Amino acid sequence: MTPFVVSFKLALWTMLILLPVGLFIGRWLAFAQFRFKPWIESILLLPLVLPPTVIGYYLLVSFSPDSLSGSLAAQLFGQPLVFTFPGLVVASVLVNLPFAIQPLQLAYGSMPMDIREAAWVSGLSTAQTWWHIELPLIWPGLLASATLVFAHTLGEFGVVLLVGGNIDGSTRTVSIAIYDHVQSFDMQSAGWYSAALLVFSLLALALVRATSGSSSLTNTSAASQ
Amino acid sequence: MSEPAQTSEQSLSVALQQHKPFPLDVTFRCHAGEMLALIGPSGSGKSTVLRSIAGLHTVEHGLVSCAGQTWLDTKNQRDLSVQARDVGFVFQHYGLFPHKDALENVALAVPSHHSRQQRRKIAMSWLERTNMTGLELRKPHALSGGQKQRVALARALARDPTVLLLDEPFSAVDQQTRRRLYRELAQLRSGLNIPMILVTHDIHEVQQLADSLCLIHRGKSLQQGDVQTVFNSPKNREVAKLLGHQNLLPARVAKHDEQSTWYQLGSCELVRGPSNSLPTGTAVTLLIAPSAITPRQEYSNDARSINRLQGCIRDAVGMGDEWSLRVHLDNVEKSLRFRVPTHAVDAAMMMSGQRVSLEILSSGIHAISEDSQT
Repeated sequence: MTPFVVSFKLALWTMLILLPVGLFIGRWLAFAQFRFKPWIESILLLPLVLPPTVIGYYLLVSFSPDSLSGSLAAQLFGQPLVFTFPGLVVASVLVNLPFAIQPLQLAYGSMPMDIREAAWVSGLSTAQTWWHIELPLIWPGLLASATLVFAHTLGEFGVVLLVGGNIDGSTRTVSIAIYDHVQSFDMQSAGWYSAALLVFSLLALALVRATSGSSSLTNTSAASQ
Repeated sequence: MSEPAQTSEQSLSVALQQHKPFPLDVTFRCHAGEMLALIGPSGSGKSTVLRSIAGLHTVEHGLVSCAGQTWLDTKNQRDLSVQARDVGFVFQHYGLFPHKDALENVALAVPSHHSRQQRRKIAMSWLERTNMTGLELRKPHALSGGQKQRVALARALARDPTVLLLDEPFSAVDQQTRRRLYRELAQLRSGLNIPMILVTHDIHEVQQLADSLCLIHRGKSLQQGDVQTVFNSPKNREVAKLLGHQNLLPARVAKHDEQSTWYQLGSCELVRGPSNSLPTGTAVTLLIAPSAITPRQEYSNDARSINRLQGCIRDAVGMGDEWSLRVHLDNVEKSLRFRVPTHAVDAAMMMSGQRVSLEILSSGIHAISEDSQT
């Protein structure tokens, strides 16, 4: 597999796993009130502020076959997680948690309460309310979440290098390939890879901005007034 | 907690009590076809009562039953879900689904045992009844405040509820639209044989729309009854003040005759009101209805004139087609406030410092015993 295929495969898997997780945790954090909520939110936001190498270090240690968590994970996946693609996916999912959850938590949180209550008193169950009312209203948040996770995974470097190593065809992503090419003074290849990532990231962010600008949520408060 | 008496099958019976996060002690019932107004100042707990009926708020102790079904009975750990309570609820800001058009907003509330086509048909008929024909495909952001309110009302009724709950539904529309919506609601409700609860802090709204009222203050229901009865005969001074009465005069029962009860105001003035059974000498507060006061330009020195009080204008404000007056009484050290049509008085007389006689209609006097002040 070329670095591009590895990167896109990793981003796709990370996004597919994190979307339902983000939908569930984002909704829970937006609506639930409990004592330890600030702690839970802080833990989930940690990947935003910690250097990727710190997270990578801890994941490397916990994925090690010598550790309890590492051996349990190895049994679960049928192979050790360190320096393998499944390990890379697990690490990527953990690192991208805040990018998946934050947009969705904000989207749920900006929905006026009386819209959900109106759905309940109209006889809609919690599941029906989610499907007919909440999901259509938070879709810009969902799109933002998916795009951010995908784009961020493509650009992830520190964690990928520490947990995945640099195995060509298996864990060597675009960002690591750029690093390798620069190390070997192949600036032209590094330039192509960099330009590709730059264009993709720009397109992804523009897409998020454009959709959030014309979102249903921007009309939500006006409609409820 | 006092439990509401057994009521007819179709009526709504409510008894709620809680201590936290704020005290609540409210009991009332509302019959089918009746519109009961929950009235009280902002923060009095009236919206919480409405939300508790719908199941959107949980109280510590409560008993709510409607149409022969118990929705909440904390003693027996019965607490039906919001969906199972079968209420029609109009929110203060309507809570319309912003991504759905008016028809879809209403159709979503039609019970799911109907086919999709039937649901749309029922929704269309409710939109027609709420005068929304032709606007079915508009989304909420393209509707005016009054139109949103109509869609919200149609949605609330589309599920064929056993009770209709209206949470300050007119607060977000202008005065002109409000008057039109009052009229439309009055027309619509004549065909509804379910209990209807209207939350408001506007006594004029209550007088125009409701059959009965329940006054709530600091989470406690103070008085319930027919609107005019409660308004004209508040059971104590606090209720009178909360209903907006300003003309409250301290007095004492002087005597009774066959048709009237006489009261002594201050040291010498006597006024005559409707007969009651309060013992002679009882200290009372007299409530004087503003509509029962007529100012007379001729000043009488005869303080013993029946139901004619002397005073001095303190404020006279012309407000379009009427004057708003505050007259300070000579012998009671209190003021009476009232309005008079511009055409009925001499404008030259309406100036601060002018002495006037106030003629009080006997039927506009209500005595509140000092014993019922708490």
